[in-house]
Amino acid sequence: MVIEKQVTFIVNGRRHKVGLPAHRTLLEALRDLGYVEVKCGCEKGDCGACAVLLDGEAVDACLTLAWQADGAALTTVRGLAKPGMEHPLHTAFIQTGAVQCGYCIPGMIIAAKALLEEHPDPTDEEIRRGLSGNLCRCTGYVQIFAAIRSAAVALRSEGELT
Amino acid sequence: MLPKFQLAEPGSIDEALELMKDEVDRPILMGGGTNLLVDLRNRGKAAGRLAWLGRIPELRRIEVTKDRVVLGARTTITDLLRRAELETAGPSLLHSARMFAGHMIRNAATVGGNICYGSPAADVVPPLLSLDAELTLASPSGQRSIPLQEFLTGYKATARRPDEILTSIGWPRPPAGAANMFHKLGLRKGDAITVIGVAVTIAVENGHCSLARIALGAVAPTVLRAKGAERLLEGERLTSAVIAEAARHAAQVCRPIDDLRASADYRRHTVEVLVRRLVARAWEQACVAHPRDRSAIRATGG
Repeated sequence: MVIEKQVTFIVNGRRHKVGLPAHRTLLEALRDLGYVEVKCGCEKGDCGACAVLLDGEAVDACLTLAWQADGAALTTVRGLAKPGMEHPLHTAFIQTGAVQCGYCIPGMIIAAKALLEEHPDPTDEEIRRGLSGNLCRCTGYVQIFAAIRSAAVALRSEGELT
Repeated sequence: MLPKFQLAEPGSIDEALELMKDEVDRPILMGGGTNLLVDLRNRGKAAGRLAWLGRIPELRRIEVTKDRVVLGARTTITDLLRRAELETAGPSLLHSARMFAGHMIRNAATVGGNICYGSPAADVVPPLLSLDAELTLASPSGQRSIPLQEFLTGYKATARRPDEILTSIGWPRPPAGAANMFHKLGLRKGDAITVIGVAVTIAVENGHCSLARIALGAVAPTVLRAKGAERLLEGERLTSAVIAEAARHAAQVCRPIDDLRASADYRRHTVEVLVRRLVARAWEQACVAHPRDRSAIRATGG
């Protein structure tokens, strides 16, 4: 017998209440709700393609049970900026050519967001550590590092203006 | 897809212990789930019941006092990184936390889970052994403490009884004149399983080594202490000859395996090199920390 529980969470500002069994991962639950920007990669916490922010902390959605997110606020790569708007991280990834096949990028940008919250002016070592759970098999990471440095500058000057 | 299971979410240790009384449907305990969920997915068959300990606030805490450190068992690796006091209260552990897996795993994985999983490659275990850590376990019939070393009984096997929950991990703060450090050898710097982990504590008094701890990871079925090597160091002035002899001894107690990351021969050879380097560096640091013993550094000959 599979027992479902009513799980409530907020995704990108929108509240959801869904009945889910205990073994449903947050990754499956989010994709079923249409948040298909959250990607399924290795399903064992190595690649980071499924990273989302759970109450501000980056987690691998493939290793998080949906029940664990009950009552939490979640952010996917689409939720970093208002609908139709670009977050400085989005802009920087596009402008520096940090995207090739693109599959790792939703998780990469979520990890980068968590990194810049903790280190607004990160050293290369801090970027390396911040991205240590995200694999990209296309780019070799050089442009991804450049994008994060450039977004950091943009976010800091934005912070100074407001 | 994960196989089917039920999930309990106890809100207190008492509630969790109540679940552990149930011999028929005793839950598998889940800390961060970063090992457990991967294993369940690989195994593919229904798993009965899990109990996630993440809704028990008292299990997630770091207490640093003048002479002791206590971690709740569900303290995450990221929690360690955010406690600057560990720089002096548990430097080897803090270092291992920086090298632990990747960012998202560090946010989820817990110190207690890493210990209870019983892997010889568990990154927090060599540092905690080098700090003389002790575990506190609770069961429906009471509470007990056990040195971490006695807890590690075999490959993925521990002294945890079926109805017990690891609640906290504690250790005495290293004395001011002690050096405590960790080195992880992996195939990469990030997101890598340890090929060899070495943690060392060296304390110096009156120009001699007053305490030595050497813990070795991923070179035997459990993380282990090189006690013979420790005895060769204690009471001695650590010349390069004394250190080299202890390192040789440490390599002899290893029982490494060949795997896809390294051969047994490579591990046996390299553990000697790493112990030699780490003990020499710890000795030097301990002597510098202990001004009266600065002259002893020269004895190592660099």
